[in-house]
Amino acid sequence: MSQTDTAPAAATAAAGADRSLTIRHLDKEYVRGKAVLRDINLTIDGRGLTAIIGPSGTGKSTLIRCINRLVEPSGGEIVFMGQDLAKLRGAALRAARRRIGMVFQEYNLVERLSVMENLLCGRLGYVPVWRAWLRRFPQADIDAAFALLDAVGLGDFATRRADALSGGQRQRVGIARALMQQPDLLLADEPTSSLDPKTSVEIMELMARLTGARDIPVVVNIHNVELARRFATRVIGMTGGRVVFDGPPAALEPRHLTEIYGGEDWL
Amino acid sequence: MSAAAGARRRAFAPDWTGRVVVAAIALYTLYAFSALDFSAQRFATGLGEGARLIGRMLPPNFARWPLLVEGLIESLQIAILASALGILASLPLGLLAARNLMPGWVAVPTRFFIAFCRSFHPVIVAILFVKAIGFGALAGVAALIVASMGFIAKLFAEAIEEISPKPLEAVRASGAPFAAVVIFAVMPQVMSRFVGFALYQLDSNLRNSTMVGLVGAGGIGGTLDAAFKRFDYDFVSAILIAIIAMIFIGEILSGWVRRAFQ
Repeated sequence: MSQTDTAPAAATAAAGADRSLTIRHLDKEYVRGKAVLRDINLTIDGRGLTAIIGPSGTGKSTLIRCINRLVEPSGGEIVFMGQDLAKLRGAALRAARRRIGMVFQEYNLVERLSVMENLLCGRLGYVPVWRAWLRRFPQADIDAAFALLDAVGLGDFATRRADALSGGQRQRVGIARALMQQPDLLLADEPTSSLDPKTSVEIMELMARLTGARDIPVVVNIHNVELARRFATRVIGMTGGRVVFDGPPAALEPRHLTEIYGGEDWL
Repeated sequence: MSAAAGARRRAFAPDWTGRVVVAAIALYTLYAFSALDFSAQRFATGLGEGARLIGRMLPPNFARWPLLVEGLIESLQIAILASALGILASLPLGLLAARNLMPGWVAVPTRFFIAFCRSFHPVIVAILFVKAIGFGALAGVAALIVASMGFIAKLFAEAIEEISPKPLEAVRASGAPFAAVVIFAVMPQVMSRFVGFALYQLDSNLRNSTMVGLVGAGGIGGTLDAAFKRFDYDFVSAILIAIIAMIFIGEILSGWVRRAFQ
């Protein structure tokens, strides 16, 4: 895609690198003695879409936020591209974060900024602050933003304010913003939970297609088991802060769902 | 359910604290009236005196208009300078005092400093500056800068504390440095409120700038004070009318600016 052509150095460097993610002995407790995540061990390949399913409050969001350190892990390692993310601070943490895109449940756009400005937020880790302030972004970034807007079907919306968009449109902007970072990993925290069923499928399709074309590995938290089955290459089931299922979507059977969500009545 | 028939259940708890407080306030008001020697007779005399004063104020005398214009222009300059510099200083102060962006060891001392700026009435600050740096407009500007910082830095900080954390989280997650987070995720959320606060402060500085002159800190207040002391009540009324006109014009202008920033 034209988007990768615009920053050839970064793209080739990233393509050559190993984008797999290794989590070892990850623990998290917000309140001492009440563990949300207990000894999580996972290796996620540098490609494909990994869906994490599980009931609310089981630590899916915490797990995904520990990876880019929006939440501080209490213990363990998160190794990505040769670095233990759990130990990074300051500039090194910011440098690692800009290689990790994130899509949020409630889109988390800056409402009063235009769609274009929201997309360019994805470049703030790369562009000097004074240039960002004066909106003097490199032309390559602006070209990449327009290309991504076309790719998510919002080509005519560049100058609209984000608060004028519908939920589905906002999430498209959210995906485009994350991809503006030229990420080596995309995290998505319940990207479809605020959307209607049809839009949910469209958003998952879009995310799978755009990341597939760029060969970016995706880790997505999702409530909806059907969506997970349909789009994931691997499903991880969590309950009570532990991984209880890990395998291809085809291997996910009713007994696993019973174990993950408890009870049977809802099936 | 199990309550006896006929016994109604209480829907609202009786507020005994509230009742006691209201009764105490009413009693104190009665006491204060008696202590201050307010009587109908005193009020009637006062009304008569007031009528005599108004009689002497009319018609307003604009004969010494150059003095009037000179004072007004100085007041206007004090107000605009103090607002511009005060608002400029309040932006970083407000940011440093916002507890959702700054650690406690930065926010708490900044809040103390802001509260310190606000603890005296502008007139007291003006007296201090007149004693410290001498009579004239400089003392007035300095006094109103302090007052502006004490007031809008606090409002700025509170506006920043009320923003949605979600865009902040997203911009942070993209690896943006702190300054970029402020410019892209904080400022867009608070800008229109900041403009409102700044205009409000300009408005109150306009009024305060007419007053600091009473203590020798420059502006129309000095002219007004002199006219009072010489019993030139017709000139006093001319000055008051001029001040009212200035405040009204300021109101109209700030309305325009506010609309432009909506």
